[in-house]
Amino acid sequence: MIQNSDLFALSYLVATVLFILGLKGLSSPKTALRGNLLSMVGMGIALVATLLNPQVTTYGWIIAGLSLGALIGIVLAIRIDMKSMPQLVAALHSFVGLSAVLVAAGTFLLHRESGELNGVLLAEIAVGSFIGAITFTGSLIAFGKLQELLSSNPLVFKGQHYLNAFLAVVMFALAAVFVSNQDFTLFLLMTAIALVLGFLLVLPIGGADMPVIVSMLNSYSGWAASATGFTLGNTLLISTGALVGSSGAILSYIMCKAMNRSIFSVVLGGFGGEAAAASGDDSKAKKGVKSASVEDLAFMLENAQKAVIVPGYGMAVAQAQHAIKEVVEVLTQKGVDVKFAIHPVAGRMPGHMNVLLAEADIPYDIVHEMEDINTDFSSTDVVFVIGANDVINPAAKTDKSSPLYGMPILDAYTAKHVFVSKRSMKAGYAGVDNELFYYDNCSLVFGDAKGTCEQLVRALKNA
Amino acid sequence: MESMSPTMLGLTVFVLSCFVGYHVVWGVTPALHTPLMAVTNAISAIVVVGAILVAGHAASGTENFSMSLIALVGFFAVVLASINIFGGFVVTNRMLAMFKKKK
Repeated sequence: MIQNSDLFALSYLVATVLFILGLKGLSSPKTALRGNLLSMVGMGIALVATLLNPQVTTYGWIIAGLSLGALIGIVLAIRIDMKSMPQLVAALHSFVGLSAVLVAAGTFLLHRESGELNGVLLAEIAVGSFIGAITFTGSLIAFGKLQELLSSNPLVFKGQHYLNAFLAVVMFALAAVFVSNQDFTLFLLMTAIALVLGFLLVLPIGGADMPVIVSMLNSYSGWAASATGFTLGNTLLISTGALVGSSGAILSYIMCKAMNRSIFSVVLGGFGGEAAAASGDDSKAKKGVKSASVEDLAFMLENAQKAVIVPGYGMAVAQAQHAIKEVVEVLTQKGVDVKFAIHPVAGRMPGHMNVLLAEADIPYDIVHEMEDINTDFSSTDVVFVIGANDVINPAAKTDKSSPLYGMPILDAYTAKHVFVSKRSMKAGYAGVDNELFYYDNCSLVFGDAKGTCEQLVRALKNA
Repeated sequence: MESMSPTMLGLTVFVLSCFVGYHVVWGVTPALHTPLMAVTNAISAIVVVGAILVAGHAASGTENFSMSLIALVGFFAVVLASINIFGGFVVTNRMLAMFKKKK
């Protein structure tokens, strides 16, 4: 005889398996849509099973809440511009965090009403709440920085790390006292400190490190769900949270490696601020660079056999991706082999550039990752760089004093000719001057990326 | 043998799931890392299960002030998680639909 509770557990198990298969679908763009569908079915099963739980006695609030959330979520998802995807993701992380805090508070109050509190449960509630709270405010700050509501410069002050460490100690102490005396005020106080800690942890992190932070908060939102699962004794939440948590952790690791930064130095913050301030000196920087016209670029491109385009976030800012797509079409018609090279930290979150190119209808099989394409550069005739800077800076390999030193880069400098579309001589996101611009095989094409690409299309068509 | 405590069972599931997650996520192609984040976002909204239990359980006792407060807390938790579920899945779908092969 199967018990009712086993039936629920079984449906939760099915949901977990569907989530895993859904993530597995993302191993290739061919299977990804189907994978997403599986995840959606998994979520559907989890929702229905939960609604049928005998503990749920009234539906009014729940249906209202689900519908309101669905409405807001769908409108957000449909209207969001692909360029702003990192902001949306950060905002969504904050919602998971806050939701976890509310569930922890609600669970505590419910169990207090029914007098079913015990030490283990209280500890789980405390952990669920503080991870959720840190995720919530941390993601809010990340959102503010990405949306440029806040300065993307790191905010650093003296004694910051001591203050954070002190707050963390106080938070744990409050949690411990809360577990022993079950006082809700202590719970609220602990959560408030966790909220402050979330702010303080992300404020010192500079713009260049944003991809790591977004990934890390992704990870936190998973751990928050897992902790909630422990509170409720629900294995679905525990395992799903662990999947998300490890996913975010892996992405953070990949981003750190791609920038040659340790996760600790990112978390401690302060990168990409001071240097940016020192790089406004145009007159000195202009020395020794070659500039080229769009016509020169068009001529070189159409006579090339192999061309590689290196896009960066600047391309998205200028909204140049659609014009680039036309460039690719014309060149392909002329028999030029065109590929794209993507650095792992191009854009503002992992994989951001791939989405932007896909949005412009650029087929994914000509878009290559750094590892796959780096050996090709030396046999490439023309590299065209649009809106990327730090990721092609050879100083990362040659100049030990450069803040970029040790970061893996796209070896664009080994190509026969490199053209860089630039608006001005301003330094990149990391605030470092680019050595490549002074190389003999490099020419700069000044102008707005979108305008340059549109002119390029015209020049190519007329030729 | 005595059966293990719920916390121990939870810990077992947690650790094994971390390993599953580790292996599955390394298999994700870097080109799809943004959709990966969006979809993990959607599924981390599985906290909706907790939110529903809080809202649905408490709302039955709304004649009592603290119960209606709990119901309200649960309601907000449901709204937030629901934004994530629908927003996360729809935006993932939108992104994935854009990835096309060369014709």
